[in-house]
Amino acid sequence: MFRRALAWGALLAALGLALAARYGLGTPISEELARQYDLRPVVLPDGRGLPPGEGRVEEGQRIYAQKCASCHGENGEGYPFNRLVSEPFPITPDTEPVEYAIGNYWPYATTLFDYIRRAMPFGQGGTLTDEEVYHLVAFLLYMNGIVDAGTPVNLPQIRMPARELLELDPEAKRRFPWLTLP
Amino acid sequence: MDRRRFFRILGAGGLLGLLKAKAQGLPWTEETFAPTKTLGAPLAEYGERSPFEAGVVRYISPNLRTRHSGASFAPLEKLEGVITPNGLHFERHHAGAPQVDPRHYRLVIHGMVERPLVLTLEDLKRFPSVTRTYFIECAGNGQNGYRNPPDPELTATRSRGLASNASWTGVPLALLLKEAGVKPGARWLIPEGMDAAMYTRSLPLEKAMEDVLVAYAQNGEALRPEQGYPVRLVVPGWEGSIQVKWLRRILVTDLPAMAKDETSEYTDVTADGRVLAFTWVMEPQSIITYPSGGQRVQPGFHEIRGLAWSGFGRIAKVEVSFDEGRTWRKAVLEPPVEPYAFVRFKLPWYWDGKEVVLWSRAWDEKGNTQPTREEFFRRWSRNNRYHYNAIQAWRILPDGRVVNGDRPLGQGAFGPVGPVGGCGGEVLDV
Repeated sequence: MFRRALAWGALLAALGLALAARYGLGTPISEELARQYDLRPVVLPDGRGLPPGEGRVEEGQRIYAQKCASCHGENGEGYPFNRLVSEPFPITPDTEPVEYAIGNYWPYATTLFDYIRRAMPFGQGGTLTDEEVYHLVAFLLYMNGIVDAGTPVNLPQIRMPARELLELDPEAKRRFPWLTLP
Repeated sequence: MDRRRFFRILGAGGLLGLLKAKAQGLPWTEETFAPTKTLGAPLAEYGERSPFEAGVVRYISPNLRTRHSGASFAPLEKLEGVITPNGLHFERHHAGAPQVDPRHYRLVIHGMVERPLVLTLEDLKRFPSVTRTYFIECAGNGQNGYRNPPDPELTATRSRGLASNASWTGVPLALLLKEAGVKPGARWLIPEGMDAAMYTRSLPLEKAMEDVLVAYAQNGEALRPEQGYPVRLVVPGWEGSIQVKWLRRILVTDLPAMAKDETSEYTDVTADGRVLAFTWVMEPQSIITYPSGGQRVQPGFHEIRGLAWSGFGRIAKVEVSFDEGRTWRKAVLEPPVEPYAFVRFKLPWYWDGKEVVLWSRAWDEKGNTQPTREEFFRRWSRNNRYHYNAIQAWRILPDGRVVNGDRPLGQGAFGPVGPVGGCGGEVLDV
């Protein structure tokens, strides 16, 4: 009897210790439920988070005219909002910041998919289908001279011109020596 | 009585009273006694400031093309002490401030964790809480300093008002991550907002375990909607744009997202043409708020007052120069001097009525200080957009008017308007 109580006591103590590291607050959910909550998955620079699909430049041009041109200009030249198209060279010390655009400043092509799906058109984020996003990305990369029309685009493998300029902040490197840029 | 009528009557009465007082040679007016003659306002369930203070408001640039993205500036020179009142804390958002019903609020932590979790606001409030005073500063603060020649009309608000300081209450993010159980190999968190831009950034797990707060209160009351109601991240010392508001999700992962707002924006161009990513830490700043641009002073005694802060920790000292940096006088720091928080500095001063230029510079406990404009632009490019922390000069003219005292820069200028954009809120930006 005494021995059994002791065993129970030990078990409870072990359980208590295991639980002590946590507060038992919040509700655990399955990966499947987490996926349902994940309305617009994060696209990582290695391509994780990208849905299957492919973009076509002409389709992108059609969607752009309809849903993007009124803010970003007929050919991505900007006004009233950000310029999207510029020479496919990285910026120089003479490039004015209003001229920063995809071709000369954006270092990762995967960001385009992530951001357009996440936040565009302004105030109507989430209304574009994955397919439409792919078409728009293809069109914008084409307009910036980064891809040819008709060539299949593999976003994580595109080397953006501005990636050549991108470096890690030395203070970030000092604090987190393991940190590297994708 | 409507407000306009109220002010009209007030103005007329005040003017009449003043004239009468002048005629009688009295150093007060009839109105000085008026409050003693009637009952005051009754008890109120939520207190409002005096209608006479209605002019103390955030500055919103008239050049914005939308008010659903951009920034509003805290009116630094109209505030005292170090705490920014909740209604005047600077704002920066990318698709408006959403209205979130706390009953439906959820935070999901998932990805490389043992137990994906969903948390309600009640759940978050049941965790052990922490209250700390921290500044939050937009990476674009100081952006008007990139203009060349400098804007003579600059005020302290437009110079450094994309920074504010508040007492934040919340649960340490480390506790939530332990609750979910971070898997080995995880290095990054991708926090996501529930605004219409579903704003994301990448935050190293190590910083989260150190001191990041999942905050639900600001100066004792619930967060203001424009500060992320009901829940935001507070990341001490780091740029405001990583302190995701309206927090709905944290993805635990092994790579940074390289999101739009950490690549195409919030990256910094060096003088030799490189672009730096993850410029998270806010370097030391100081701003003299009195006397400052747009104000007018009389000869005689003044207490020079200002604010200083640094993302590297505590402010060690603040110095004021009256001769453009040849000699410096140490200002008094008002205690407590807390890490990653505003500190008020003060210096008694007698103005003799001669033209003078005031400079201030902050030093933090790690030995960092503020550069002059010339030094700043030896490090950063003229076409950079963020992290401007050069010394702000105020010039006091013989008639007592205070104007921007910054000197124009030489070759390489961008013309009278200067480079614009980014998150300064002065010109277009989404």
